[in-house]
Amino acid sequence: MSKKKKSTESALNSGWDLSPAPESTGHIQLNDQYGHFINGKFVKPAKGKYFDTINPATEKKLASIAEGSKEDVNKAVKAARSAYENVWSKMPANERGKYIYRIARIMQERAREFAVIESMDGGKPIRESRDVDVPLAANHFFYYAGWADKLPYAFPNQQPQALGVAGQIIPWNFPLLMAAWKIAPALATGNTVVLKPAETTPLTAMKLAEVIQEAGLPEGVVNFVNGAGATGAAIVNHPDINKIAFTGSTGVGKIIQQAVAGTDKKVTLELGGKAANIICEDATIDQAVEGIINGIYFNQGHVCCAGSRLFVQESVYDEVLQKLKHRMESLIVGDPLDKNTDIGAINSKEQLSTINRYIKIGQEEGAEMYQSSCAVPKKGYWCRPTLFLNASQSHRIVQEEIFGPVLAIQTFRTISEVIDKANNTPYGLSAGIWTDKGSKIFNMTNKMRAGVVWANTYNKFDPTSPFGGYKESGYGREGGLHGLSSYLNFN
Amino acid sequence: MATTTKKTVSSNGQAKAARVEVLKTYKLYIGGKFPRTESGRYYSPNELGSICLSSRKDFRNAVVAARGAFGGWSGRAAFNRGQIVYRIAEMLEGRSAQFVDELMQQGATAAAAKQEVAAAIDRLIYYAGWCDKYQQIFSAVNPVASSHFNFSMLEPTGVVAMVAPENTSLLGLVSVVIPAIAGGNTCVVLASATKPLCAVSFAEVLHSSDVPGGVVNILTGKADELLEHMASHMDVNAVVYCREDAKAIEALKAEASLNMKRVHVYNKNWQKDEAQNPYMIKALQEVKTTWHPIENIGGAGSGY
Repeated sequence: MSKKKKSTESALNSGWDLSPAPESTGHIQLNDQYGHFINGKFVKPAKGKYFDTINPATEKKLASIAEGSKEDVNKAVKAARSAYENVWSKMPANERGKYIYRIARIMQERAREFAVIESMDGGKPIRESRDVDVPLAANHFFYYAGWADKLPYAFPNQQPQALGVAGQIIPWNFPLLMAAWKIAPALATGNTVVLKPAETTPLTAMKLAEVIQEAGLPEGVVNFVNGAGATGAAIVNHPDINKIAFTGSTGVGKIIQQAVAGTDKKVTLELGGKAANIICEDATIDQAVEGIINGIYFNQGHVCCAGSRLFVQESVYDEVLQKLKHRMESLIVGDPLDKNTDIGAINSKEQLSTINRYIKIGQEEGAEMYQSSCAVPKKGYWCRPTLFLNASQSHRIVQEEIFGPVLAIQTFRTISEVIDKANNTPYGLSAGIWTDKGSKIFNMTNKMRAGVVWANTYNKFDPTSPFGGYKESGYGREGGLHGLSSYLNFN
Repeated sequence: MATTTKKTVSSNGQAKAARVEVLKTYKLYIGGKFPRTESGRYYSPNELGSICLSSRKDFRNAVVAARGAFGGWSGRAAFNRGQIVYRIAEMLEGRSAQFVDELMQQGATAAAAKQEVAAAIDRLIYYAGWCDKYQQIFSAVNPVASSHFNFSMLEPTGVVAMVAPENTSLLGLVSVVIPAIAGGNTCVVLASATKPLCAVSFAEVLHSSDVPGGVVNILTGKADELLEHMASHMDVNAVVYCREDAKAIEALKAEASLNMKRVHVYNKNWQKDEAQNPYMIKALQEVKTTWHPIENIGGAGSGY
């Protein structure tokens, strides 16, 4: 009996090679060079500057991308303003909705193509881009399409009106999904859009521009300007933009809040997080371990709501830790396009060095590091799933957002203690609770100072469900009925 | 019938024998199948052709089909129901010429027919959008004074028997059937007696739209024959009646008390946008309130 058990374990741990199962890239069409998408057309940048976007799993160049200047942003805002004044704001709401439905349907048709490009450009496993990012993005358009002609029901007696031109800046961790989260509600509420994709992951936005063309959206309703921080600043500071929606770091979020202080711009900020994932002694441990893994290693930990602080009740600590390490050993790190891959490539060289810096800090601070023993490819940017034991509240790896597959573990004895510890952070985006006792779930979800709380699940997203943070994780909500209001004026 | 025979001339100038049109048999739609009426009876409103005169037995068969489909359909994710209703719109758009033609056979002008079909498609899109939204408008978290998490949400009433509006062939039927199924109900609907063609063809649209068999069942025939059976059937949860026979309405309401059917009488201008709203969905929903205890220990709750 014990012999049999051992052999099963070793099979899981090492010698169990899966044949490669890479998703084909044969049907993917990418241009060598992408400019901006302004007024319904792909255009070259005013200053003619380009940078490369690479595949982080191979370090090979995928395409060169325009670097947006102030002139480019001006042009895009002008197109968006003109489309707003002349077409979009005059169109009956249900017709506007039908355009958004078209985007959703074409994205559903081209889902596989989007998934492959997303994994190539950003490094995330195809399993995630195929099953999470792309369907959620399409569903987001489908959901908000339906709101276009129903706004008075969402906001009775308030006469909801569009703002005008929305400037949107999105991150590299969920490139297409974040574009959908931004564009869909903006269009449904009658605004036009200037969006800047992240500089390391612009390709699915360029594909989305193709979809928008194919859907026949009036020119200028959605515009994409590529570029990095300076391009984003030009959007934030543009005087003819009515609304800024930003997803990214808390540091940049603070700069934006300051920059728009003297203006009438509406702002929503979806920023960093350092979520507590709390395992109570009465949790179903196997299920909780899966939740821990999903919470921190989903998308290489490049998730603002990642469950990066694990709190385990002392009485089950040994069991959780043993099972967690065992489960970590079975995670496959490698080719993002392989359907068996659990953890793909770190998004960029810069991000990898940030993660490695924190791993060093964690060790220097005295926490005990454990990494799985899996092999990683030679080329590309990789990080083994990592955890730190004996971490304490004062450690930087507990306080600061790492944005990588690094988990800091603490223990607790009482519910009161863990609530205090969990809330002791400037962030407040999300939290996770694992217990089989329903009344305890509601006690703890009530007391978490966080915008999204998952009970016996983690990293769940849905177009109907609002997402956003407390405290320095930002303000405003995206998704659901609540995601509409930040794109509307009310009487 | 609006069948015309034309002489066509082939390219070499010789007269060809005119092609004989294949006529359509108008049938019922029950449980995803297209049976004829079990009664063998037909009628021909305005000489449109032979239309099934549905019997009590046809109605009872349709209720069995609707009840059978209810569990699966009401259990679908709201998002999935939205996708399917959207698909119905796609199918109808693709076949709009046929519906325009049928409306004109039933007396509409070309312009009015086109407008009615376009309105029906847009109404489908409208309710496709509501599928995953009405819950957010009508549900509530209730701040009860005790330590409980208390919430109320909507659930579909069940099997709905319907008498569709008489004066519109397509738009009226769509306007009552779609909010019912958008909310997870299943239904048996009696088409307009004088303008039944579009109802029968709409069954074909439903059939090719991923709507599971039995979710919508369509009968043709006379309301004065079937209404009393709708009102008295013990496995029907609600009746929607869209005509103006005051005596029939009174009898329906009285008979419905047998098993407390919810009765809704609609008398709307179905062409107008006012005829569509989320309250059409809510009318066929029950409110369920759930109480769940909240433990109350730990954490002052006043932290930053």
